[in-house]
Amino acid sequence: MPKMNLSHFEAAMLFALLTSVVLGVVTKRTDRERLRYGLQCFGYFVAALFGLSWLMYLGHG
Amino acid sequence: MAETQVIAREPMSSPAKWLPVLALAWLVPGAGHFFLGRRRRGALLMGSVAIMFLLGLLMRGAMFQPQTGDLLTTIIYLGGFLADLASGLFYLLTSWMGYNQPDVAGHVHDYGTKFLAGAGLLNVLAMVDAFEIATGRKD
Repeated sequence: MPKMNLSHFEAAMLFALLTSVVLGVVTKRTDRERLRYGLQCFGYFVAALFGLSWLMYLGHG
Repeated sequence: MAETQVIAREPMSSPAKWLPVLALAWLVPGAGHFFLGRRRRGALLMGSVAIMFLLGLLMRGAMFQPQTGDLLTTIIYLGGFLADLASGLFYLLTSWMGYNQPDVAGHVHDYGTKFLAGAGLLNVLAMVDAFEIATGRKD
């Protein structure tokens, strides 16, 4: 089995995408609400990813 | 005089109704939804859990083995083991086929380990959703 090498960014984006899909599917009642919530979660994940990345970058000086 | 509000709670439906759904949802991620006729949602859940588990394997993530020791060790290793186990057949097949990746340093391995545990945790969410549908608490 080949080993996959992903960067932090790629791995975190994939995690965010797959988790957002599941959170969208299981939480809301209509398809429209599910899509909206899934996109919202993905947006929050990406915002947290960039926010924490900058925080760590600046924290290291 | 203050009014007392009585909240009627729905009686728990019989285990015969929800137990097979829950077992199926654990064993094959998304299958609980398929069984209940929610095919599209089942397919999305199955796809998400399967892809996350496969990515974890491709990144050579380690499976947690239950360990006891100090509180933190117990929580991490026992919790990690339960999270891995929650992937159902994916975990069982992988273990039976002899996948035994040691825990080594490196961010890719680390992400792999978290993806494997994450896949199980996503399946727990899917199982709870299937349970709620089976008991009539959700559409």
